[in-house]
Amino acid sequence: MSDRLSVAKTYKLYIDGKFPRSESGRTYPVTDAEGEFLANASHASRKDVRDAVSAARKAFGGWSGATAYNRGQVLYRVAEMLEGRREQFAAEVAACEGVPTAEAMSTVDAAVDRWVWYAGWTDKIASVLGAANPVAGPYFSFTVPEPTGVVGVLAPQSSSLLGLVSVLAPVVATGCTAVVVSSADRPLPAITLSEVLATSDVPGGVVNVLTGRADELGPWLASHADVNAVDPTGASAESRVDIAQQASGTVKRVLTVPGDDPDWTRRPDISRLRRYLEAKTVWHPKGT
Amino acid sequence: MATASSPAVLADATRDETSLSRFLHGLPGVDQVGVEARAASLGTRSIKKAAKLWAIDTAISMVDLTTLEGADTRGKVRSLAAKARRPDPDRPDTPPVAAVCVYPDMAATAVEALAGTGIGVASVATAFPSGRSSREVKLADVRLAVEAGATEVDMVIDRGAFLEGRYGHVFDEIRAVKQACGDAHLKVILETGELATYDNVRRASWLGLLAGGDFIKTSTGKVSPAATLPVTHVMLQAVRDWYDVTGQLRGVKPAGGIRSTKDALRYLVAVREVAGEEWLTPELFRFGASSLLGDLVLQRRTQHDGHYSGPDYVAVD
Repeated sequence: MSDRLSVAKTYKLYIDGKFPRSESGRTYPVTDAEGEFLANASHASRKDVRDAVSAARKAFGGWSGATAYNRGQVLYRVAEMLEGRREQFAAEVAACEGVPTAEAMSTVDAAVDRWVWYAGWTDKIASVLGAANPVAGPYFSFTVPEPTGVVGVLAPQSSSLLGLVSVLAPVVATGCTAVVVSSADRPLPAITLSEVLATSDVPGGVVNVLTGRADELGPWLASHADVNAVDPTGASAESRVDIAQQASGTVKRVLTVPGDDPDWTRRPDISRLRRYLEAKTVWHPKGT
Repeated sequence: MATASSPAVLADATRDETSLSRFLHGLPGVDQVGVEARAASLGTRSIKKAAKLWAIDTAISMVDLTTLEGADTRGKVRSLAAKARRPDPDRPDTPPVAAVCVYPDMAATAVEALAGTGIGVASVATAFPSGRSSREVKLADVRLAVEAGATEVDMVIDRGAFLEGRYGHVFDEIRAVKQACGDAHLKVILETGELATYDNVRRASWLGLLAGGDFIKTSTGKVSPAATLPVTHVMLQAVRDWYDVTGQLRGVKPAGGIRSTKDALRYLVAVREVAGEEWLTPELFRFGASSLLGDLVLQRRTQHDGHYSGPDYVAVD
């Protein structure tokens, strides 16, 4: 038995590809399922939301303009990096969610698979949701899906990794950029995911990860005029009403939440991808 | 610093080139570390709520909305003029800007588009931005602007002559331009990014003031670094000292590189602390900027709406 003291970490936020402290200077202790201290996490504030949104907006042009194939390659790379940190993720999931290591391992594997699943959709979704429309006239008419813009994501509170991946991956797969508020009490897998993203090929600002209270930050995300969609999954039921109201002034899309604690291990479908895409229809004369 | 000066000393300074040189080199040196530290510390001051709203409105009313591109068209100048009149068409209570700043050949278009609004038309002149031409050409440039109806002329000094120490040449040129301006206000662009030291900035400021410039302006916007806070501090000190000696109020215009509301508020704090409250008016302080106005309008909306606004809702260019 060693007498060595472990290093108590104070994690920071992930904004614009960098790891800044919260503008507010606030931190809060993160404990495991038994209440034992794990680490300190930054407690993000309104102004961190503001900075994250402007970073996401800045990154949107490049990320949405990248070819679907290229986005897919970048997301596969993220999956590789996730896999490489399997043990670390499993330990954090086990500690945060209070599940046995074996179960945590299978959760991590499911999360990696989920990420790969969405990565595969990047260059296929256009053929599924797009169309060559039959029209009465000498025109071609195409419908192509285009990414909505900046998406504010309130990640699930209980499923700290699989739930997070399930709500984040569809956002970036479509070409949108994300501002994610992690689970408040179980933020460690989200923090490690941001370290993964920082060391993958994902451009800075495409994903911004804030640790803090969804009910505090959600309304600011929802009312922000430069946010194009909000996923209120991680907000409490009463806060979701508030978010929907705030969003009505400016935001075009608010996702419907599947229920208070959905089963994230269920096989996903493309409904989340569809919510972050706008249909653009182009008419083109057929020539002579 | 210039407390040693007096109107008599100033009159003596402009007698000939030697005494001008003696006067400018007799100005106390700028404490580089001190001015940079002071600028940085004043830059951290927090301005919120009502004070912030006031500052945003004041900053909007101080903007010289600028377009100085080779690709400028009359259409672009007209749309800029429309934006100058009503920076935020959804909120008619937003104040108009101080002036529109264009090249001399566009001055007539701007004058026509702004007729009856009280918004000034500033025209750059004197072979802007380099200032490398003969005096006849520079004065013809000024006349072109003034005859087109420009109410303000932004001239560049001959930095080459200044750096060679031919202060008399620079002084005479500013004088000549001032005369050619007639009733139009004269802003003297020092192009501080090319002057190398704060001491030179102080000397050029005094030179501009002695020669009769109504404003001293930091930069053309074509040279990096453009306006910086410490340089603006030195220039604000100069107009303050000029006021103390002569009783005349002269203005300062930082230009180039000021893009965010935060930057603008830092400049306003500097104006208040270094020059004084009476300089917090468009008559004595201006921002030379093109994209700053968009951010000011955006922040103004944020303050009024209680939530963050976005570039989809205001004209940002």
